[in-house]
Amino acid sequence: MATRTGLEIAGVTLVHGDGESTVTALDDVSLTVAAGEFVAVVGPSGSGKSSLLAVAGGLITPDSGRVRIGDTDLTGLSARRLAEVRRTRIGFVFRSGNLLPSLTAVDQLRLPLTLGRVARPRDPMELLADVGMTHRAHRPDKLSGGERQRVGIARALMTSPDLLLVDEPTAALDRHRSQEVVALLAHEAHANGVATVMVTHDHDVLSHCGTVYRMMDGILEVATD
Amino acid sequence: MFLAWRELSFARGRFALMGSVVALIGLLMVLLSGLSVGLVNDGVSGLQKLPVSSFAFQSEVDKTSAFSRSVVDVDVAQQWADRDGVAEATPFGNTLVNTTTDDDVDIDLALFGVEPGSWLAPEATTGAALAGPGEIVLAGTLQDEGVAVGDVVTVDQIGTELEVVGFLDGQHTYGHVDVGYVDLTTWQEVRAGVRPGEPVPDHVHDDATAVAVRFADGADVDLAAADAALGTTSMTLEQSFGASPGYTAEISTLQMIQWFLYVISALVVGAFFTVVTIQRRHEIAVLRAVGASTRYLLRDSLTQSAVLLVGSTVVGVGAGLLLGAGISSSPMPFALEAAPVAAAAAPLVVLGMIGAAIAVLRITRVDPLTALGGYR
Repeated sequence: MATRTGLEIAGVTLVHGDGESTVTALDDVSLTVAAGEFVAVVGPSGSGKSSLLAVAGGLITPDSGRVRIGDTDLTGLSARRLAEVRRTRIGFVFRSGNLLPSLTAVDQLRLPLTLGRVARPRDPMELLADVGMTHRAHRPDKLSGGERQRVGIARALMTSPDLLLVDEPTAALDRHRSQEVVALLAHEAHANGVATVMVTHDHDVLSHCGTVYRMMDGILEVATD
Repeated sequence: MFLAWRELSFARGRFALMGSVVALIGLLMVLLSGLSVGLVNDGVSGLQKLPVSSFAFQSEVDKTSAFSRSVVDVDVAQQWADRDGVAEATPFGNTLVNTTTDDDVDIDLALFGVEPGSWLAPEATTGAALAGPGEIVLAGTLQDEGVAVGDVVTVDQIGTELEVVGFLDGQHTYGHVDVGYVDLTTWQEVRAGVRPGEPVPDHVHDDATAVAVRFADGADVDLAAADAALGTTSMTLEQSFGASPGYTAEISTLQMIQWFLYVISALVVGAFFTVVTIQRRHEIAVLRAVGASTRYLLRDSLTQSAVLLVGSTVVGVGAGLLLGAGISSSPMPFALEAAPVAAAAAPLVVLGMIGAAIAVLRITRVDPLTALGGYR
């Protein structure tokens, strides 16, 4: 299992803006994450962490370089095909969950299955139990921040993705909850064999991660400290 | 549908508010439709029930007041009857008079002058049909006002007495006034203002308002050619409604109100879904980020608009029908018919959907990238 590649980014460069005011968001970035591996990317605001997630998630096409998810190369795919890849191969965990206000916890998990055909759908009730959620009929306004994030993680796993992209999962949580949520992410990544990339500011949660990378002015390198 | 339904039930207060606006407009549409049909009936039901294909009026008569201005010679009727494709043609008189009954009740009447026993003379459902001068057959609705067979109605000013011999079936009105059929000679004398017992001037019995023409079954009569040959101005029965007093003005006023309401409704629905879509922008970005296709999102939103529009229109029309049933029994000119009600409600849904569609098209402009915190 450990030899299967979840995400492979090779020599990716992304430049924002045009003309005189260009910013190099990603400068020849390469990153390989194996299935089941849980890596973290830290760095100051504006260093290019979000750009890395956007490129890995098929939300932005880089100016050069190659992105591969499982056995699918994203290079040159149409917007429609990219949406298809996002739907079937990638799970997104957003800041503070980004749940839909009108859906109950269990419906949040059913939603990804309504968007189109899924090869390996998970059972929503089972997955909610996995992430320790008991309030299944509650809507997001009745859930605590930690619970929202648990539902968000479970939602991202519904389609059995190859790649899990996690955007600042602890931004809205206290210390204790942050530890719980990241521990859960690490557990799910290993248990489901899904390559996971987490972008964070929070240095306290890095102990749960495998490799930690540091992003600085668009350059990605392994953190040494 | 998954998301559309859950959103409708989650934000039911907001959607109910929007739905009630559409429902109220739907209700108003039903009432306007009833009023339209009622006014049409009140204005021209006497004409609608004639077995006439077209009227030939005086040459170059003002078409909006042809019935009150036109004078044709009765001999023209025979010339019309001889035209190809014309089954029958006979003189027709139409004039508005004030009358008084035996019981001193004032009744305004549209006097239709016809030749008794001709194809144009109506059947009486109560009493007898028109037989000769000095008799009158009245619209059935006048029975409700206490007029009965054997009563005498007297034409004001000139004092001509007309004996009520029969009643027609139901409502026959012209220009919001009940119709009474009289013998053509009686009509000619009343119109000329000849008092009973006075000598009748020579020309009086030569005049009629128009020639009523009935085409042979399936015949296609060239009215323009006949007009040119016979020196008349023809209008089909439908066109002649416009010559009824106030008819065109009433109908166009109501139609204008109706179209304003359609446009208002479409704009309100469009504005509502614009606001809803803008509020959902972040949610839509998340949905697109997790792979929802544009088609999925548009279908979901349009289903939601359709459910809202159809649902609230049905509620509004239902309430309108209930309310209308109450109004129908009042003396107001009001009549509910299925086809006009459906024709009034359908554009509400169709135009509402166009408004909603323009609004939800914004979905396609939402960038899924904004779902990520760093790109907000």
